Amino acid sequence: MSKANINVAEHGPVKKAEDKKQVQKIEIPQEQIKYANLLLYGAWTGIAILLVTFTLYMGGILKAFVPPSQMPQYWTMKVGDYLHATGAPTGWSWLGMLGYGDIVNFIGVALLGLLTIGGYLILLPAYLKKKDTPYTAIVIAELIVLTVAASGILGVSAGH
Amino acid sequence: MFQSIIDAGNLLSASAAGSQAGQAAAAAATAGSGTPWWMWPLMLFVATFIMGILAVLAGVGGAVLYTPIISGFFPFHLDFVRGAGLIVALAGALAAGPGLLKLNLANLRLALPVALIASTFSILGAFMGLALPTNVTQMAMGITIIAISVLFIVAKNNEFPRVGAPDKLTAALGISGAYYEPSVGKKIDWTIWRTPQGFLMFCGIGTIAGMFGLGAGWANVPVLNMLMGAPLKVAVGSSKFLLSITDTSAAWVYLNQGAVIPIIAVPSVLGIMMGSFVGVRLLAGAKPKMVKYLVIVMLLFAGIRSLLKGFGI
Repeated sequence: MSKANINVAEHGPVKKAEDKKQVQKIEIPQEQIKYANLLLYGAWTGIAILLVTFTLYMGGILKAFVPPSQMPQYWTMKVGDYLHATGAPTGWSWLGMLGYGDIVNFIGVALLGLLTIGGYLILLPAYLKKKDTPYTAIVIAELIVLTVAASGILGVSAGH
Repeated sequence: MFQSIIDAGNLLSASAAGSQAGQAAAAAATAGSGTPWWMWPLMLFVATFIMGILAVLAGVGGAVLYTPIISGFFPFHLDFVRGAGLIVALAGALAAGPGLLKLNLANLRLALPVALIASTFSILGAFMGLALPTNVTQMAMGITIIAISVLFIVAKNNEFPRVGAPDKLTAALGISGAYYEPSVGKKIDWTIWRTPQGFLMFCGIGTIAGMFGLGAGWANVPVLNMLMGAPLKVAVGSSKFLLSITDTSAAWVYLNQGAVIPIIAVPSVLGIMMGSFVGVRLLAGAKPKMVKYLVIVMLLFAGIRSLLKGFGI
C-alpha cells in the first residue's frame, strides 16, 4: 500500500469522527430529535407493512375486493367512474373492509399519512412550554389543516 | 415490453381527450391487449426502480419524474398516477426526514411556517386537479413539466447566498439556525430574508404540488435558496422535510377520494425506495452532470407528451 493510500485510510475515519463531534456541538432542540425518531421508525414500519400487505394481495393469500386481474379494466377510468364501477371505498370506509387483500394495503398508506400529525403532536407541548406563541399557533393551525384533510370531511365527489 | 407501454399510453390518449367512447375503448383494449395483468405492476416496479436511481444521481425528487413519465407511458388514468405520485413523494420525504432533522439541515423554524402555507394550498390544488377535466390537467401538467426542465437548466443555486437585513416577519418568527459544514470544517450560522415574498411563492408551489402530484422540491429549493437566502444544504434539507408535510395533506385528499389504488401506488413506492438505495451506492462513481442532463431530456420528453395528450394528439 502506498503512503498516500495509508494517509487517506487514516484521514477518513479521523475526519469522520471529528465531523461527528462538530455536529454534536450544534444545538438541536429535543423536540426535533423526537420528531426525527418518530419519522425514522414510523416511515420504515409503514413501508414494511406495505411490502407485506402487497404480497398478501398479489399472492392471492387474501381475497381482493377488486381482483388484480380485473384492474386493467378500471385503471384507465377517471376516479369517479372507477368508484362507480367497482364500489371501491372512499374516506375511511376502508377500515371496515380490512379482510380484503387490496384494501388492507391502506393500513401502510394511512400510517405514512398519519406520521406528520404525530410529529406535530410532539412539537405542540414543546412550543407551549417555551411560550413560543407564533410557533404554537403555526403548529395548531397545521394540525387543524392536516386533520381536516385526513378526516375526509372535505370529501366532495370531486372525481365525478 | 416498452412498445406495449407506449401502445397502452397511446390508448390512454384517447381517453384523455375526454370522450366516454375513447375511455371505454382504451379500457377494453388495455384489458385485451395481450399483456398479462401482472406485467403492469412488475413493469411499474422496474420503471420506478430505475427512476429512483436516476433521481438520486441527478439530485431531483422521485415524484417529479414519476408523475409525468408514468402518466405518459403507462395506461393508468392521471387521477391514480397523481395519487400514487403523492404517496411516492411522501414516503421518500418521510424516510429522508430523520437524518436531515438530526443534522439540523432540515430546520423547523424555517420549514414549519412554509409547510403551513404549502400544505393548505396543496389541498386546494388536489381538489382542483380532481375536479378539472383530465385533458386540461394534462395540458397544465405538460406546461409545468416543461417549465421545470427549463428551471433545472437555468437555475443557479448558491451554496452560501448573501442575505441582507432580515425583514420584520423573519425577525418576528426568529428564523435562523446553524449547521456543521464538513467541507470548510466549521459551524455555519444562517438567517434568511424576503420572507413575505417567499411565503407568497409557496402558495403557488403548494397548489401545483397538490394539483399534479409532483412533489415540489424542484420549486422549494430555488425559492428557499435563491429568493430567501437559505444556504443550499439547509434549503435542500428543509425542502425535503417540508415535502413530508405538504404531500401529507394532498395525499389524504386523494386517498379519501378513492384515487390511491394499491396496485399502482405500492409497487411505485417500493421501486423508488429501492432504486434510491442503489442510487446512493452508485453516487460516488457516477457523473451527476451527465445524469442530470439525461433527466432533463426525459422530463422535456414527458412534458411534451403530456401536453400533446392534453390536446388529444
